[in-house]
Amino acid sequence: MDKSELLELKKTACKVRSWTVEGVFNAKSGHPGGSLSAADIITYLYFREMKVDPKDPKNPDRDRFVLSKGHCCPALYAALALKGFFSTDEIKVLRHIGAMLQGHPDMKNTPGVDMSSGSLGQGISAACGMALAGKLSSKDYRVFAMLGDGECEEGQVWEAAMFASHYKLDNLTVFVDYNGLQIDGTVEDVAGLSAIDEKFSSFGFEVITIDGHDFDQIEAAVNKAKQTKDKPTVIIAKTVKGKGVSFMENKVGWHGKAPNADEYKIAMDELSAQLKALEA
Amino acid sequence: MAESKKIATRESFGMALCELAKEHDDILVLDADLAAATKTEIFKKAYPDRFFDCGIAEGNMIGVAAGLAAAGKVPFAASFAMFATGRAYEQVRNSVGYPHLNVKIAGSHAGISVGEDGATHQCCEDLALMRTIPGMVVLNPADHYEMMAATKAAYEYQGPVYIRLGRLAIESFNDPDNYTFEIGKGITLEEGSDVTVIATGLVVYEALKAVRALKEKGINARLINMHTIKPIDKDIIIKAANETGRIITVEEHNIIGGLGEAVAAVTAENCPVPVNRIGVEDIFGHSGPAVGLLSEFGLDAEGIEKKITEIMSK
Repeated sequence: MDKSELLELKKTACKVRSWTVEGVFNAKSGHPGGSLSAADIITYLYFREMKVDPKDPKNPDRDRFVLSKGHCCPALYAALALKGFFSTDEIKVLRHIGAMLQGHPDMKNTPGVDMSSGSLGQGISAACGMALAGKLSSKDYRVFAMLGDGECEEGQVWEAAMFASHYKLDNLTVFVDYNGLQIDGTVEDVAGLSAIDEKFSSFGFEVITIDGHDFDQIEAAVNKAKQTKDKPTVIIAKTVKGKGVSFMENKVGWHGKAPNADEYKIAMDELSAQLKALEA
Repeated sequence: MAESKKIATRESFGMALCELAKEHDDILVLDADLAAATKTEIFKKAYPDRFFDCGIAEGNMIGVAAGLAAAGKVPFAASFAMFATGRAYEQVRNSVGYPHLNVKIAGSHAGISVGEDGATHQCCEDLALMRTIPGMVVLNPADHYEMMAATKAAYEYQGPVYIRLGRLAIESFNDPDNYTFEIGKGITLEEGSDVTVIATGLVVYEALKAVRALKEKGINARLINMHTIKPIDKDIIIKAANETGRIITVEEHNIIGGLGEAVAAVTAENCPVPVNRIGVEDIFGHSGPAVGLLSEFGLDAEGIEKKITEIMSK
């Protein structure tokens, strides 16, 4: 991508982060840390990569995205709203009674959400099913899924990994948002998920490790995945939990907590300063 | 009654899938390394390109089925009832039930008639688990013809369906020339006015024999085959309660959470009458030949007849 395209993506990611914070603040609950770590990848997918049409969200030929780490939907909702699937007004009532936007993604009622998810480990299996369906129907759509690093402690992730590899689902690209933190502490302290690249490699995946906040690296990895035949690809994206909001960065406490009014103001000021700097 | 032949409903299910697949390209079948036992191998042989073994990984199988359905396919995912509804309960609830995806789940080797494998594989909780999931249709066909029709109805229904399959070969007692299946509509097999027996699945034929024997002994029992546990046929239950004043349910399932409680909920809210539940009385099964176990648990014709006689004499 050229410099102006890169700049546009960075600006969009900044807006995605602002709407993420907006949603979680208004909900008075939710998961800002992992949403912010995933924001750049989600922005890349919806604003640079995926064939999706907000006017035709159920198009059978569209690319699909399954947010297996469903609790990070504030970032997904922000991207979908900015893309035009629904109004940003919906984000202001995220998690409220009667609201469309649920605490975890609900495909039945939310345009653009390809799979209901949130119970960890399940989304990647559904992504496998979508990828298999695409192959059986000779469709050239691609399926993207995003796992959390802590989520990889779920056994079902590895059942799905075996399946994806066995059925040669090369139209499936899985991101692992490797921010290193989960509710009870660091991923290494909680359950010792070391050598995740070797794990996926031994399950038959093409493994690419990148900086999950570097759009050029994201693009290169996605393009490599598209060229990889007969096996699925996993992109281990090293990220910073809470990325973009200084006091949330790398703090385990911001996994599942909403900012108070003061914190909200600081966060929004920081993000708008970042946007201004990009626009300057 | 048609000339009977013994066939297990799991076998009928495999045959039904093949019939349906001839006309419908969107049908796919998934199994979790039990194709030889669930009889999806019948489909696998006929349609190898539309059969996907998921290995011994039932949670993933249900999730894959959800994804296939989300992309427009109609997957039938089969395993033992224990694993399809027990092991993978939460996947069924969250990946299939919540998004109301068009996935058909088949649980074979249900109930104690699994036999020798014993308690770990004798699922007497599947109907209870599946019927608590909003929007889930729960079917428990009683013989070959009913299973053939139920599988077709499951395909035609848009949304998640659980179908219970039996391991044991049983009489095909329904008359194929005079039989219609409709989801949610119970079938009156015998008229009667003293009491209504409502049975489901593999024990319907046993209940039929029991009811006929009781008629000769002066107890004029009505018999309803309740092949659909959810949505339960309220009308037929209310009518039976009003006309016969007492209901006895028969199921090869824990008496907690299954047919008996589904029926009792309808009567309690609409037309309170005594409801007695014949079934597995909140205990685990154990190893043994299927027929011997059914007898031991009082779920063969003789046991059902004895229990009904006891209830009626109180």
